[in-house]
Amino acid sequence: MGFPALPDTPEWQALRLSLLVAAIAVAIALPFAVGGAWIVSRSRAPGRGVVNALLHLPLVLPPIVVGYLLLLLLGVRGPIGHLLSSMFGLRIAFTVKAVVIATAVMILPVMARSTRLALDAIDRGLEAAARTLGASRADVFTSVTLPLMAPGVLAAAAIGFTAALGEFGAVIIFAANIEGETRTLPLAIYTALQAPGGESAAARLAAISIVFAFLGLASSEWLNARLRLRLGLT
Amino acid sequence: MSTLRIDIRVRRGDFRLDAGFELPATGVIAVLGPSGSGKTTLMSAIAGIVKPHDGVIALGDEVFFDSHLKRDLPIEARGCGVVFQDARLFPHLSVEQNLAYGLARCRGRAISQDTAQVIEMLGIGHLTSRRPATLSGGERQRVAIGRALLSQPRLLLLDEPISAVDQSRKGEILPYLERLRDEASIPIVYVSHALDEVLRLADQVVLIADGHCEAAGSAAAVLSAHPVAGERRITVFDGTVLEHRGAIGLTLVATAVGTFRIPMMDTIVGNRLRLVVEARDVALAATEPEGLSIRNRFRATISRIERLDRSQALVTLTASGGNVAAVLTHDAVADLDLAPGAAVWALVKSVAVERMPV
Repeated sequence: MGFPALPDTPEWQALRLSLLVAAIAVAIALPFAVGGAWIVSRSRAPGRGVVNALLHLPLVLPPIVVGYLLLLLLGVRGPIGHLLSSMFGLRIAFTVKAVVIATAVMILPVMARSTRLALDAIDRGLEAAARTLGASRADVFTSVTLPLMAPGVLAAAAIGFTAALGEFGAVIIFAANIEGETRTLPLAIYTALQAPGGESAAARLAAISIVFAFLGLASSEWLNARLRLRLGLT
Repeated sequence: MSTLRIDIRVRRGDFRLDAGFELPATGVIAVLGPSGSGKTTLMSAIAGIVKPHDGVIALGDEVFFDSHLKRDLPIEARGCGVVFQDARLFPHLSVEQNLAYGLARCRGRAISQDTAQVIEMLGIGHLTSRRPATLSGGERQRVAIGRALLSQPRLLLLDEPISAVDQSRKGEILPYLERLRDEASIPIVYVSHALDEVLRLADQVVLIADGHCEAAGSAAAVLSAHPVAGERRITVFDGTVLEHRGAIGLTLVATAVGTFRIPMMDTIVGNRLRLVVEARDVALAATEPEGLSIRNRFRATISRIERLDRSQALVTLTASGGNVAAVLTHDAVADLDLAPGAAVWALVKSVAVERMPV
């Protein structure tokens, strides 16, 4: 990933890392968000309440606790982490992989919620109508549900991306604050504020964060408006 | 001749439907009943959207549902085109794409409904590139009918298509439904609560009330014999146009009870014509009257006399195998000494006869 004309200062490193991590975290969380939203919104499976609760868990737990739980599970001494390191030599905690995983977990609730709202907005009657016209269930999904859902899923991705840029507590616990490797934008701001005379650096980093946050929110809103237009609600 | 055979028990929340009938699957079969009587549930069961817990649904040789044989054909395999009350056009597709949706999924059934013909019949040619959200209620219903027709269905189900349309716009859709009845070669099940629509469109009628079928048969027979909740009592005669007498402005119509004279109307000799007579417009005479202005008269036998209120009675008669209804005052009934079994003359004023082509 290169921006050859840009300087390779810690600030730009933090920004690049944040953008990269956000993109990958959204890609990882998206199928879980869509699947989870589908189960909660559409299926009649008895476990939907549990799925719904699990999807909301990272939202209600303190981020630091989420990071701690990830460390317990995936750290080298944890049940899954131990398995991964002994069988594949894979270390997750305190690496950039940990940043991605912690971020993905933290943004999942907001993405699932946005997707679920998009799904709920689709008239179930349309799906019944499609079946009377000869479409199988799978055909209904690809020809009716998915196209109607698409702008909503994109909006979920946009809001997930924005949230990902701001993730702090879970990342700093699970991935630590290693310069150049796991120091995302929020962690860089924290670090700058800890050092004496770092206020101006912190201010610059904060400004960059704010700009991206606004861009992210604006695109999410725009995509939601497109969703309403497409569904014929406006 | 294939038949539509229904014998089902359905549970939906607190509602129970226990309905059965067997009718020739031809022309328009109206399912008539008040709101909440179960007609939409019946239609949904035929389409496969709702599953009965017991019973049989069959169209000709094809068994859609049989609880004893554990057979339940999925919705997409039944070939029942449905026109829903709320049209349900796909908002992300244009009118043209909506129409093509069903055609692309007709599963190799022979193409009997041609796209160009359907578009022309429904008058929607100028709407093809529009989006559903920009259409009026009547236009949306017509596109929905076209979409269902183009899926080459074996049976077309319409769920109160006129109810959802603005009163002032009913004219936007009723003529097209008449064309549909005349030109589509597939059987149509038409769900409605409005007697007027049923009179104009139906060949056969199933009466539904409180989750039960009260009657099923030809429109004339059923509507003449059974009261429809909240509607005026009528007698329906399905006849054929015999001749026009231009000089005196009359049209003669042959019916089972005899020849009716009605004010001349614009229709071809030999066409079928439906005559509807309100019970209030039927007079009775103990002997054949002379010097009376009423031209239409036929013999009938009284089968029942019921009290309507303190002044009026409903007299049900049989004539040539069909039922006739008349409303008289108790005073008249007593004066003429009318009782079940009595042979009388039934009289209908020509100008009181309502007529419609069927």
